[in-house]
Amino acid sequence: MEEIIKEVVIGEQEEYVINMGPQHPSTHGVLRLVVSLKGEIVKNVEPHIGYIHRGIEKMCESITYTQIIHLTDRMDYLSAMMNNEAVCLAVEKALEVEIPDRIKIIRTIMSELSRIQSHQLFWASFGMDLGGQTCFFYGLRDREKVLDIFEETTGGRMIVSYNCPGGLMYDIHPNFRKRVKEFIKYFRGVLWEYDAILTGNVIFRERSIGIGTLSLEDAISYGITGPSGRASGFSCDIRKHEPYSAYDRVQFNEVLYNEGDTYHRYLARIEEMRESMSIIDQLIDNIPEGPYFVKMKPVIKLPEGEYFQRVETARGELDVFIISDGNKNPYRVKFRSPNFVNLGVLNHITKDFKIADLIAIAGSLDFVIPDIDR
Amino acid sequence: MLLNTITNTLVTLSDPWWKVFYDFSSLTKGIDEGLRSSLSPFWAVTVEMVIIGILFLLFYAVIGLFLVYAERKVCAFIQNRLGPNRIGPYGIFQTVADLIKLLFKELIPIKNADSFLFNLAPYIVIIVNFMVLAAIPFAKGLHAIDFNIGIFYVIAVSSMSVIGVLLAGWSSNSKYSLIGAMRSGAQIVSYELSIGLAIITVVILAGSLQLSEIVEAQRTGWFIFKGHVPAFIAFVIYIISGTAETNRGPFDMAEAESELTAGYHTEYSGIKFAFFYLAEYINMFIVASIASTLFLGGWMPFHVGNWEAFNRVMDIIPPFFWYIGKTFFVIYLIMLFKWTFPRLRIDQLLTLEWKYLLPINLVNVLIMAFLVLMGWHF
Repeated sequence: MEEIIKEVVIGEQEEYVINMGPQHPSTHGVLRLVVSLKGEIVKNVEPHIGYIHRGIEKMCESITYTQIIHLTDRMDYLSAMMNNEAVCLAVEKALEVEIPDRIKIIRTIMSELSRIQSHQLFWASFGMDLGGQTCFFYGLRDREKVLDIFEETTGGRMIVSYNCPGGLMYDIHPNFRKRVKEFIKYFRGVLWEYDAILTGNVIFRERSIGIGTLSLEDAISYGITGPSGRASGFSCDIRKHEPYSAYDRVQFNEVLYNEGDTYHRYLARIEEMRESMSIIDQLIDNIPEGPYFVKMKPVIKLPEGEYFQRVETARGELDVFIISDGNKNPYRVKFRSPNFVNLGVLNHITKDFKIADLIAIAGSLDFVIPDIDR
Repeated sequence: MLLNTITNTLVTLSDPWWKVFYDFSSLTKGIDEGLRSSLSPFWAVTVEMVIIGILFLLFYAVIGLFLVYAERKVCAFIQNRLGPNRIGPYGIFQTVADLIKLLFKELIPIKNADSFLFNLAPYIVIIVNFMVLAAIPFAKGLHAIDFNIGIFYVIAVSSMSVIGVLLAGWSSNSKYSLIGAMRSGAQIVSYELSIGLAIITVVILAGSLQLSEIVEAQRTGWFIFKGHVPAFIAFVIYIISGTAETNRGPFDMAEAESELTAGYHTEYSGIKFAFFYLAEYINMFIVASIASTLFLGGWMPFHVGNWEAFNRVMDIIPPFFWYIGKTFFVIYLIMLFKWTFPRLRIDQLLTLEWKYLLPINLVNVLIMAFLVLMGWHF
């Protein structure tokens, strides 16, 4: 009798384990999810990371601060501008350099453009995750225009390396203002298409409303930041709470929702694109003339101590923590990358949803895998 | 013998040669009589079967390749792209090139697969396609077998394709494939009901199961116009469940690229994959042609009541082109669904069928029966 009971219990616990990734169309890179299924229902998700670990933090210890900038591009490649900015701000804070307004404003505009293109790609790939393949091309069509602006000024499209300690690598292109204005005008005109294709679609709403709900308490205790955290009502926008660069002189709303489901994580990003456009609107005509960099020493040496800087990237809070021993290389650099922290909540919110929901939830958390592994 | 057949055929075609496009029965009869006059009945039938088989093989390849090309162009049109445009004018030979590539690709043997079933699965899917094509009236007199239970045969045979899909998923011994196949099984079995009931609605109106008679009954008006609202509802339900039946987006649960990589055909390569791929498109063609036969008048031209001149102009267009035009219109609709909607989830898919489509359909059949009983249809 006991044996039978044992067998039944084992039979019930038997799970169908599938490896999603490292090569899978919906893990957005080399993330591997070991998913335990019961029929279609997800019982457990175990993320295995490290397939694209390059040891960026360790590498930082053997290169100079100017060189670190180029590594930060390669963490979250969709928020390259903000990653650059984080290190630059930390270094400038350490050296107590006064940064002119021109640089601050250009940095802010670039960051917001970067946020827009990141959310465009999110929209594109999220639509694709849900099976609406047309979204992908619409999203990339508009993202291309931002990348063209980047290319003209910085020479790079994704890996820009535009900020450097003490200012910017290059001055803005003469066409910059005109093209940004053109883009904002164009993008305001086509943003309704995003709503028409996905936001208002019945199937999409059925697929996303009430799926993967993350409560405010959990969002705070798991440290979910960025649009994903704000969709749960966690007011975590660094731009509001600890303004850096030119964010203290612009008016914008922190997009907050209370529902915390997949649909609102999606909606938060769509709304953030609108907010970003209004920030750019306020700044684009007010770029003062002046130099685009502050003269620094050829070899930057931070005074001995610990330095910390937070910035808001497209996916959440990126923290840079630098320990310097007074050399030209940092003693230790630690990045608190938003994606790594956001990944931690995946198992918690996908439990007892279906496989298709797992894809939708993972898509709505918007991972960039190189940022998880670093 | 050959000479005999040809002369016989030509004699029966006493009308101008282009008349054959309006009525294929004189041509087919001519060939039949020619063969029978020179061969024993058994061999005559055998030769006819071979001819029909070869014609269907050709038709299958041409339609399959064309539909793949059409789909790529339609999706490119929706997605702001150009689509294939390198090989041949407007890229029309792109799919031919793809097929040649697939023909030459290695068939990767799967170590732990059940190789017999694994190899059998694509053929089942293909054979089912051919069996359904045999019953479809392409034009007047261009009809391989005109069963008196034609439409019943179509429903019965087409639901067999799920066996191929299930076998493929099971024998691949791959986890994604198995999930895909199980989803596909649940989906096809459920939507089979809706398709059947939507067809029954039309059968009540037509009063026959024979496809040629169903088409003939639409001489005075297509069923979608004749049958008031119930026929239209049946048409919409048929298109929805037909899309689900062919495993196409937004119901492509079985393949679900972003969830299951490629579903039941994940492990297939080379020409075996091509078979599944072509079968999907032929299935779509079959669903569309049944839709056009049942609801849009098959090869019947579009006629409006007493407009004699208009009707005569419509008659000039040969029936085959009417049939192809209507079928491609329905195919275009199905393609639009795929490229504009996101995918449903498996439970939503089943909810849609069992909680909405099926009850609506049952009521619809009753209403249609009542309409026919009272003679209220046109």
